[in-house]
Amino acid sequence: MKFNDAIFGAVLLILGIAVLVHVPSFPQMAGQKVGPALFPGLIAAGLVVCALILIVNGVKHRATAPWINTGEWTRSRRHIGAFFVTIAAVIAYIVLADKLGFLIIGPLVLLALFIAYGVRLITAIVVAIVVAFVIHYAFYKLLRVPLPWGVLTPFAF
Amino acid sequence: MLVMLASSAFGLFVGAVPGLTATMATALLVPVTFFMPPIMAIAAIVTATAMAIFSGDIPGCLLRMPGTPASAAYCDEAYAMTRKGHAETALGAGLVFSAIGGLFGTAVLIVSAPALADFALKFSSFEYFWLVLLGLSCAIVITAEQPLKGLVSLFLGLSIACVGLGNPAGFPRFTFGNIELLGGIGLIPLMIGMFAISEILRFAVDLNPPLKVVEQPLGNVFAGMWELTKKYPMQILRGSALGTLVGALPGAGADIAAWMSYAVSKKMSKEPEKFGTGHVEGIIESGSANNSALAGAWIPALVFGIPGDSITAIVIGVLYMKNMNPGPTLFTQNPQNIYAVYLLFIVANLIMIPLGWACIKVSKRILQVPRNILMPVILLFCIVGAFAINNTPFDIGVMLVAGIAGYVLEENGFPVAPAILGVVLGGMLEENFITSMIKSDGDLLGFFARPLAASLGGLTLAAWFLPPLIRRLRRIAGI
Repeated sequence: MKFNDAIFGAVLLILGIAVLVHVPSFPQMAGQKVGPALFPGLIAAGLVVCALILIVNGVKHRATAPWINTGEWTRSRRHIGAFFVTIAAVIAYIVLADKLGFLIIGPLVLLALFIAYGVRLITAIVVAIVVAFVIHYAFYKLLRVPLPWGVLTPFAF
Repeated sequence: MLVMLASSAFGLFVGAVPGLTATMATALLVPVTFFMPPIMAIAAIVTATAMAIFSGDIPGCLLRMPGTPASAAYCDEAYAMTRKGHAETALGAGLVFSAIGGLFGTAVLIVSAPALADFALKFSSFEYFWLVLLGLSCAIVITAEQPLKGLVSLFLGLSIACVGLGNPAGFPRFTFGNIELLGGIGLIPLMIGMFAISEILRFAVDLNPPLKVVEQPLGNVFAGMWELTKKYPMQILRGSALGTLVGALPGAGADIAAWMSYAVSKKMSKEPEKFGTGHVEGIIESGSANNSALAGAWIPALVFGIPGDSITAIVIGVLYMKNMNPGPTLFTQNPQNIYAVYLLFIVANLIMIPLGWACIKVSKRILQVPRNILMPVILLFCIVGAFAINNTPFDIGVMLVAGIAGYVLEENGFPVAPAILGVVLGGMLEENFITSMIKSDGDLLGFFARPLAASLGGLTLAAWFLPPLIRRLRRIAGI
């Protein structure tokens, strides 16, 4: 997925200006000419300059570089699916882990990805369950990371 | 020792699977090393990366697909040798001269680091400011094909470093009232995202079908290595020296070292016409270069806290977590730790030879591991790993955003390494900048008042203005 430089430039320009508008509200250090606003302000100024150059470049080359070049894979349904399932799986984990518990959400995340990447269903189910338990054992038992139990709390071991 | 063996196996495996890089190996190791004593954690990282850089040669040789970016430079060459039936020589050369290069880099580390540390004790905030700025400038000048994009990436990294309370005034910046952001954006989840999640996303949209392994029996990989050593002593030395130097420069790591020394080897060779047709000379030189770069990158990391490549950028994060803050005082206060690091490097490069040999023997099995099963497992591992550092789901979100950002940026030619350096060094740059500004009372000339600072400042300015100047002069001269 390729974007024209000007699009990056525009996004960075907004970011840089937002920072520049925001930093003057930072307090000064007592008796000093410099404060917490100086450093981020300088960086934001740098970003703005780079962003402007990117915009000029992008507009100049717009004949050869289209605004958005989605790339080959966006024409393949399977790959679009794989891309978004990957992202959705992580979000689902963040949202649901505390409610469902690692031993439920973990295998589900794996299963969703295996299917999206084209693993055979039987293999996918077996591997998902085994791997989730192995990771749980390694992190929960050996490294003592408090992975959430969720609805499985009464059965915690 | 057990940790070293386990992380060797891990490193060899990760390196040998195309699409999993040495940096990713380090990022994946961090959540585990988090629970180890400092030396053990460093041992795990040192061995895993050394192994991964070597084993990246294996798929390059058998599949024409580099296992790590550091092997990309001579991947075609090694594959050409395989087709001629010399796979064992190519792999053997990769293994033996990787180890030699690694040992050379370690020797330079042992000799130069304490001397540099002595020197660095004289540094004030002015010198540190210039040094960090010089490091960041090098990262852009050396690595980026388009310096502007490297610069953007660096600014983004520096901006991320501004988030939170960690600034000289202790004022919460850009936190939007979020408590999780007060402590700043976690370095480790950020790196796991940038190096592992982005790689998984790239795999998810990869249209290329899996490659077929070359079916060929492998002979004795060590046969003829002694003759090669006698035939190409200069190449080994040159590759190792260049590798160490490139590794020590911030931002440029093993991959750039390999590309550069492959080019040098071709230029200096007596038989340049043989390059690209399956000639072992370039493999020897760049194979030793990428492993020596690995050790070289530790020199500035340990002495100044400025990472030489993205792997040591992660290492610095780990060292801070372990209260082993890098810097010259590390050499004066805890010399035993430094000696342990030296020893680890030597041991890692020595055990690489038998373990690498074993890895070559089972390489066909490794290359057959289906990646569509491996990648989801790595993803779940990343989620748990990012969570494990602070036990907060917020870090998983940071990891995901960093992963998507890393993927989009790289697709569009923005290098990720300057961003990582920016995040790692942002705090140090600001602290020394503000301290120096206060000392000189806002007078920018004060940055050149001390002779040491003035020379470092001059070097930095030269790094900015010389390359474009040379380009312009060449254009005027019509070359």
